[in-house]
Amino acid sequence: MSGFPILSLMLLVPLVGAVGCLMAGRESARMIALAATLVDLVLGAVLWSQYEIGGPQWQFQEHASLFAGFEWKLGIDGIALLLIALTVFLMPICIGASWKTIEKRAGEYYANFLVMETLMIGVFSAQDLFLFYIMFEAGLIPMYLIIGIWGGADRIYASYKFFLYTLLGSVLMLIAMMWMASEAGTTDIPTLMSTNFPAQAQTWLWLAFFASFAVKMPMWPTHTWLPDAHVQAPTAGSVILAGVLLKMGGYGFIRFSLPMFPEASAQFAPLIYGLSMAAVVITSLIALVQNDMKKLIAYSSVAHMAIVTVGLFAFNRQGLEGSMIVMLSHGLVSGALFLAVGVIYDRLHTREIDRYGGLAINMPAYALFFMLFTMASVGLPGTSGFVGEFLSLLGIYAQSSWVALVCTTGIILGAAYMLYLYRRVVFGVQKNADAAAMPDLDAREWAMMVPLAAAVLWMGVYPETFLAPMRKDIAGLEARLAQARPKGDADLRLGVMPPAASEHEHGAEMEHGAGTAHGLEAEHGPEAAHGEAH
Amino acid sequence: MELLRSLAITGTEEVLSVSGLILLLAAAWGGDKASRVISIASVAVLTVCAVLTAPALGNAAMGAGVSAWNGQFSGDAFAAFAKLLIYAGAAVTLIIAPAFFDRTQAMRAEFPLRVLCAAMGMGIMVSATDMLALYIGLELNSLAAYVMAAFLRSDERSAEAGLKYFVLGSLASGILLYGISLTYGFTGSTSFAGIHAALAGPLSMGATFGIVFVLAGLAFKISAAPFHMWTPDVYEGAPTPVTTFFATAPKVAALALLMRVSLFAFGAQPGAWQQIVIFVALLSIVIGALGAIGQDNIKRLLAYSSINNVGFMLIGLACANEAGAAAMLVYLAIYVVMSVAGFVAVLMLRDESGAPVESIAAMAGLSKTRPMLALALAMVMFSLAGIPPLLGFWGKFVVFQAAVQAGLLSLAAIGIAASVIGAFYYIKVVKVMYFDEAADVVQGKSDMAQRVLLLGSAVAISPLGYLLTKPLGVLAGNAAAALFHIA
Repeated sequence: MSGFPILSLMLLVPLVGAVGCLMAGRESARMIALAATLVDLVLGAVLWSQYEIGGPQWQFQEHASLFAGFEWKLGIDGIALLLIALTVFLMPICIGASWKTIEKRAGEYYANFLVMETLMIGVFSAQDLFLFYIMFEAGLIPMYLIIGIWGGADRIYASYKFFLYTLLGSVLMLIAMMWMASEAGTTDIPTLMSTNFPAQAQTWLWLAFFASFAVKMPMWPTHTWLPDAHVQAPTAGSVILAGVLLKMGGYGFIRFSLPMFPEASAQFAPLIYGLSMAAVVITSLIALVQNDMKKLIAYSSVAHMAIVTVGLFAFNRQGLEGSMIVMLSHGLVSGALFLAVGVIYDRLHTREIDRYGGLAINMPAYALFFMLFTMASVGLPGTSGFVGEFLSLLGIYAQSSWVALVCTTGIILGAAYMLYLYRRVVFGVQKNADAAAMPDLDAREWAMMVPLAAAVLWMGVYPETFLAPMRKDIAGLEARLAQARPKGDADLRLGVMPPAASEHEHGAEMEHGAGTAHGLEAEHGPEAAHGEAH
Repeated sequence: MELLRSLAITGTEEVLSVSGLILLLAAAWGGDKASRVISIASVAVLTVCAVLTAPALGNAAMGAGVSAWNGQFSGDAFAAFAKLLIYAGAAVTLIIAPAFFDRTQAMRAEFPLRVLCAAMGMGIMVSATDMLALYIGLELNSLAAYVMAAFLRSDERSAEAGLKYFVLGSLASGILLYGISLTYGFTGSTSFAGIHAALAGPLSMGATFGIVFVLAGLAFKISAAPFHMWTPDVYEGAPTPVTTFFATAPKVAALALLMRVSLFAFGAQPGAWQQIVIFVALLSIVIGALGAIGQDNIKRLLAYSSINNVGFMLIGLACANEAGAAAMLVYLAIYVVMSVAGFVAVLMLRDESGAPVESIAAMAGLSKTRPMLALALAMVMFSLAGIPPLLGFWGKFVVFQAAVQAGLLSLAAIGIAASVIGAFYYIKVVKVMYFDEAADVVQGKSDMAQRVLLLGSAVAISPLGYLLTKPLGVLAGNAAAALFHIA
């Protein structure tokens, strides 16, 4: 595959599709959109199959000097590969979700979605600082239009809020990027990732990047745009917003903040912990009292993203790997949950929880899928949610037990609000006649739910598929962070165990902990030595 | 020989004045019926001038090599860059004007002549290397511009715009002239090179006053805050093609003039004017952004947007170095294209009877009734807001990059944060066009020339425009280098 510009092709296909959609009518626009996203899905599968696990850090590199000041430079590592895979996987489902519901201005609608796909793949594959920024920022325009044109009642307020919040977050990052480029003399991301900026400057740069990623992520207390945007966006908009757009924040932390400013990251880790702990508890409690299904899931997104940030700033392998898996899992699960809400919204045109009830009786297949995704969101073992959250919390436990303690309450609260939601919507008596008369999933909805369910289960049962491509990159990041790793409050020591018991323990962890338990043991060594030295 | 050389360097000005006079005669004999022919001829003249100017873009000769008329005038790459933008702006005005004036039978043969006259004045402005040549160029341009603003004689708003422009413009000219006289008094020279040499030592109080007055006078001309008051009224009142003209050619000329005066004449004392420029830049950005929020007329909104954009360009000047000047020129070129696209689109907004539509509320739902026009306007708005991947982002990018490299980090940070305020009203226009229910006001057909211009400029500000960034950067860099060549 060397030499073939597959990444450029993946960017080009949706773009061409978008132009086609603008020209075409409703019927043909959605066919074009579906075809373009499926082609990209195939290309994404090819990309993954050709990706050499354990090979060079950056693969599928492309380079062309087209512009002044920055370059067309693409390339991916394992982390980017997984997020691109998530993007191309969710896109056809988004198109499917819009298949019947989008009546007005369908051509423009699908064109916006395809442009979004291009930009998201561009964000994950850009290897030039400013190319990244352009892709990162440009996503504002289509998302603004999607929320504003096809959204619900309060769409205008939500679209403004989305646009201005994220813009304000990003512009300061641009200034920081310019400073970095002039300081390091290059805009090449891989080079910058190993550049050591002066510690004093790192503080400011980190804050500028944080302003952008924290809004995008979104972290408490800059999350307030998210529930508004989610509630007002059409179903597919919510799926793509929760599924992929939020991951740009996490990707930003893992690609920029951590490797480029390790010292500042260590310095600000307590800030991240504080905000994340607040987010987990506060937004979970807010989710508990929501009457609107989409709002509830939106707040749960904020809580899950907080688990991602604590994992990232755990400065160890479990935390980083766990965060990545949470991001992937949340992409699938929250996307699926929004889809599930969309399915019943299409039938009854309300998102109010009280208007439903007893759906298990008339929509058994729906209830089954909804159950699976609810459980995955809660983090039930066997689903993708468990693997990621377990690893993240394990990582942060090794760093700071108190943070782990507070964040784990998020799992309990998560179970509370998700199960409460599920009970009110699916169980109980059929108190509303119109809800009781809703038909079960049709073929199109089955086609969207099945791949999501399969992916969620796969990731839960055999996460190695998803851990393998990024293992080397995470190891590299961990090594990069080792110099700056702050001393946490966790004082882990390796206990003395009989050999047999240890073997058993190891086996058990292999089963749950996605084959990275050896990482934990490797981690124990220095920690224990450190502890003893005190 | 010196005479011939000087004549060759000022070739475009001679072509403009001679052909202007011939066309004036033609207008006198042919009357207003000949106005279309004269317009076409004027565009041809401007094209010839552009062709004559273009070779100087890559002109490596600087300083004395391209100096004419005993150091009054320079035909360097910087002047060529600015002149090409000016001629383009003037030509666009001439192309779009007939369709606008014909509706009310207001087209008169003097309109193209005014434009030619203004173009000549602006050419002198950007080439001037002497305070007196500068002033002559400025007045030649202003005189034509005052009349153009009041061109719809029977229209009250147009007359008011002309009067306001005249009164405030004269005041600014007076301030400028006062500054020039102070500068002359304390440096003993009116030539830029002489002033540069005289200012090299310690700065006297009188010379500082001279610098401040000159800059204040020029700030009027570029409509930078706090001297911006006239802009919204004049932009709103003047006929739309004339507004297009004001937003492009004279803006380029005045900014180029400001650059040459600050960086060359006062170049030995950057500390004396840098703070003023920084203050004016930030104030323009903020006032331009805040002032636009309450506007319901699209032309007034674009006027505030131009104040806002001038602020961003001044950030490049505040760097007081070659990179900053080059960035400013890149921004200027992109801004001209954006303005052309914006105003041509505004010109195409017409109701059933063909009367111009200027109210933003009347543009509601434009994306349903005129999707392509709405798309073009939306692109202009996002581009003016500096949202990638549109080309407007690139202008802001180079300017802020120059500021960061020059160490003006806090200026860059404050400026870019203030650009978010501006984004608010730009996306408001997009909201009206895309999110609101159709008002069905805009109906009229637009003529071919306008469509072609809109298409061309919209393609240029689309992401495809980034392919132009390399050559544009080279040309701007070349022009900026010429500016910094101290003979």
